[in-house]
Amino acid sequence: MGFLDIRNVTKSYGNVEVLHRVDIAVEEGEFLVLVGPSGCGKSTLLNMIAGLEAITGGEIAIKNRVVNGVHPSKRNIAMVFQSYALYPNMTVGQNMTFGLEMHGVPKPERDKALASVAKLLQIDHLLDRKPGQLSGGQRQRVAMGRALVRNPDVFLFDEPLSNLDAKLRVDMRTEIKKLHHNLKTTIVYVTHDQIEAMTLSTRIAVMNKGFVQQLGTPKEIYDTPANLFVATFMGSPAMNIVPATVVMEGGQPHAAVTDAEGQVRNLRFSQPGLAAWEGKPILLGIRPEAITDPEGADRKSSNIQPLTNRVTVTEPSGADTFVTMTLSGKDVIARMRADANVTAGQVFDFAVNMEKAVAFDPATEDRITA
Amino acid sequence: MATTEADFRTTLQDWLPKLVLAPSFAVTLLFVYGFILFTVVLSFTGSKMLPKYDWVGFENYQKLFALPAWNTAIVNIAIFATLYIVICTLIGLMLAIFLDQKIRGEGVLRPIYLYPMALSFIVTGTAWKWFLDPGIGLEKIMHLWGWESFSFTWIKDGEMALYTIVIAAVWQTSGFVMAMFLAGLRGIDNEILKAAQIDGASNWQLYRRIVIPLLRPAFLSAFVILSHLAIKSYDLVIALTGGGPGRATEMPATFMYSYTFTRNQMGIGASSAVIMLMTIAAIMVPYLYAELKEKKA
Amino acid sequence: MSAVTQDTAVSTGRATRAFLYLVLILFALFYLLPLYVMGVNSLKPLPEITGGNMMALPQTWTLDPWRSAWSTAQIGVEPTGLKPYFLNSILMVVPAVAISTIVGALNGYVLTKWRFRGDTWVFGLMLFSCFIPFQIVLIPMAVVLGKLGLAGSVPGLILVHVVYGIGFTTLYFRNYYASFPTELIRAAQIDGAGFFRIFWRILLPVSGPIAVVSVIWQFTNIWNDFLFGVSFGGTSQPMTVALNNLVQSSTGVKEYNVHFAGAILAALPTLFVYIVAGRYFVRGLMAGSVKG
Repeated sequence: MGFLDIRNVTKSYGNVEVLHRVDIAVEEGEFLVLVGPSGCGKSTLLNMIAGLEAITGGEIAIKNRVVNGVHPSKRNIAMVFQSYALYPNMTVGQNMTFGLEMHGVPKPERDKALASVAKLLQIDHLLDRKPGQLSGGQRQRVAMGRALVRNPDVFLFDEPLSNLDAKLRVDMRTEIKKLHHNLKTTIVYVTHDQIEAMTLSTRIAVMNKGFVQQLGTPKEIYDTPANLFVATFMGSPAMNIVPATVVMEGGQPHAAVTDAEGQVRNLRFSQPGLAAWEGKPILLGIRPEAITDPEGADRKSSNIQPLTNRVTVTEPSGADTFVTMTLSGKDVIARMRADANVTAGQVFDFAVNMEKAVAFDPATEDRITA
Repeated sequence: MATTEADFRTTLQDWLPKLVLAPSFAVTLLFVYGFILFTVVLSFTGSKMLPKYDWVGFENYQKLFALPAWNTAIVNIAIFATLYIVICTLIGLMLAIFLDQKIRGEGVLRPIYLYPMALSFIVTGTAWKWFLDPGIGLEKIMHLWGWESFSFTWIKDGEMALYTIVIAAVWQTSGFVMAMFLAGLRGIDNEILKAAQIDGASNWQLYRRIVIPLLRPAFLSAFVILSHLAIKSYDLVIALTGGGPGRATEMPATFMYSYTFTRNQMGIGASSAVIMLMTIAAIMVPYLYAELKEKKA
Repeated sequence: MSAVTQDTAVSTGRATRAFLYLVLILFALFYLLPLYVMGVNSLKPLPEITGGNMMALPQTWTLDPWRSAWSTAQIGVEPTGLKPYFLNSILMVVPAVAISTIVGALNGYVLTKWRFRGDTWVFGLMLFSCFIPFQIVLIPMAVVLGKLGLAGSVPGLILVHVVYGIGFTTLYFRNYYASFPTELIRAAQIDGAGFFRIFWRILLPVSGPIAVVSVIWQFTNIWNDFLFGVSFGGTSQPMTVALNNLVQSSTGVKEYNVHFAGAILAALPTLFVYIVAGRYFVRGLMAGSVKG
């Protein structure tokens, strides 16, 4: 039993079920990120935890207290909103202590809490300003400060960084991570940005179409995605998905793919269990960074497979060079060192780290566990 | 094990918004829709001075449409509404387009065009009644200024009095129509105009082909508001002509009032009110429905 | 309306511009004409109107018509002047405006921030009530006011104006609050503020502009109303009805100068509001016509 329990929770609007039996137990001090495309139900779930939307089925418990039907203010939670939702008519200080005031906390205590949080977030000099006079980053801090002052059991973040520009977003991301590290608070964080999800979380719930597609640590999600959706949603550039057939060669299962010239190439799998799929079509998933030039290949990997293929386009990005090729009729992107010596049109010897490759069942789109 | 606590305060909070809205809604249902129903019922009864509940079917409506006064009122409102809407729209559109040409003194002109809207129709009617009076007003002024043959006796003339109401009504509301069109003009993306000019459109073509079609929503709003004002027009007629000379400027609004309250023909009065409501509803309901639906989407 | 003049792409020649100014100024004169006529002639002795030119400035300036209109002119059968009716109007307008604005604000708050199934229908029904021809409610209203014992009284008129005003005030506040972020309401809920506290502490402090619009609109409409006043005013008739009685009285000499002074008196409060807060007045007009 966790600190925050989401037990078989469903949500329906009329006859339409938009969230299907979500079951997550969050431990104390965990940083859970709900990630998914818009309309996947992540914000609905967050709002149900907050008490801003009614729970249709199942129950949510915070510290073993079922909170279904309990008013948001009595759940001992705090929330940071996408638009920050600062009260425009109140000063920063009044904004941050409004919740305490509503809960009848006496003024001296409020001021003390405010002072310490303001210091922590380095916004002490802004306390007398109105939200309208603040920059985006400052508003973001005030919104977090308002949540921190309450000292709640659970923090809820609803896409808090999506209104910031790219650079500030990265800075604030680090800031939030630091805060979590220092305060060891329990956080549920909603975002559509998979990088935020990977960098911040201790666990991720990837959601789509009202279902939790996979719940796991960032590493589990990235390396062993449960299905095609998770595989392609998490990671940028997205995982390459290539139709292939399982063939046996030397008693080992291989993925048979066709190169740009239409020639069949066999890549040995690291999972012997895939032998059971002999002769059947699968979808081969390879992350861009698992396809490199031979010198750039992962030295710790026990299964580097050579692959010769024609290069379609190269896109140097500074830190890396992205190389595109055609495999089984699909564009496949390889992520190489910036100094890899490769040009468009050239026939190049790639190195594929098959230890990191995954296979999906084309019918169910689930990962084949073998 | 955990306990559920859906407390009283939370439940109350759930109901509070509806409780707050309820009185207004109840009042609207009763005083608007209940009253409409009541008037509709009365229009099917033989009520005279006081409401009676003897069912007479469509008799009142038959009588109503047989009455010369009602037919005058219908013809008058048709002429009045058409002229009023068309002239207001033309003047409003023209003034708006002219004002939109970086006119110096726009800040002075705009409030002058619009102030009549702040006056009551009774004040407007009083001012125009005496200004258009041949004995002291416009005709006499022209005579004193040396134009001896000038004649302007519309307000005393059964054939023409209706048009004096049009003048006063246009005076009162055309500035408002101007404001609506001006807002519409200012909302048009300037880059569209620049693109049209690069395409070689003359000023005239620019307005006829690009700008005026883009003002469609403003035209619609103006039409709806003006037609609704026209049908409700009661005060202005009373103040300006009192429905006269004779019954020359009778309108449905004045007809309803006099039949109901001075001639004690409540059944007929009610049926005329029902006809007025149906006319306005035919215009307003589709408009409001479209506006609300748009909001939802 | 915003006073922002955008950089119009249209360019016009010198002759065209002269024509534009000419037309615009002629129309300005047309709109000012009745005001000028009323003003000038309210300051003349009567013979200067009946025997002279209405457009001419007074030869003898006098305030007598104003005094007469205010305190001695014959209204109906009593030589009371317009003063008591002016007071009636004030007594009617102030509470009616206050109540309808407060109710409208609460309604707008509920309809945007506490939405429920069917709320658009509720609003649609209330909105339509703004546009009905009031002739359709005159008879039942007379009956109900009689039953309530409010016929011919100021409270009766207040009731009528509140009932038929809340549609508009609700429309104003609803459209205004619709653009106010709902996340703020959610934040306040999490902070522990209840329904009224959120309204009072979060929404009301930022409602200034729309409250002004609503107050001005209601004030203008109720002050200028004639139909309800003449139907239900009884002995507490408002200013518009009294002015009409003054002008239409068929007995005695027509004192045009007094009529003009009376008309200006009836127009002064709304003209004053228009001059002081014209911007808000226009906003109210536009909001009443273009809901988007």
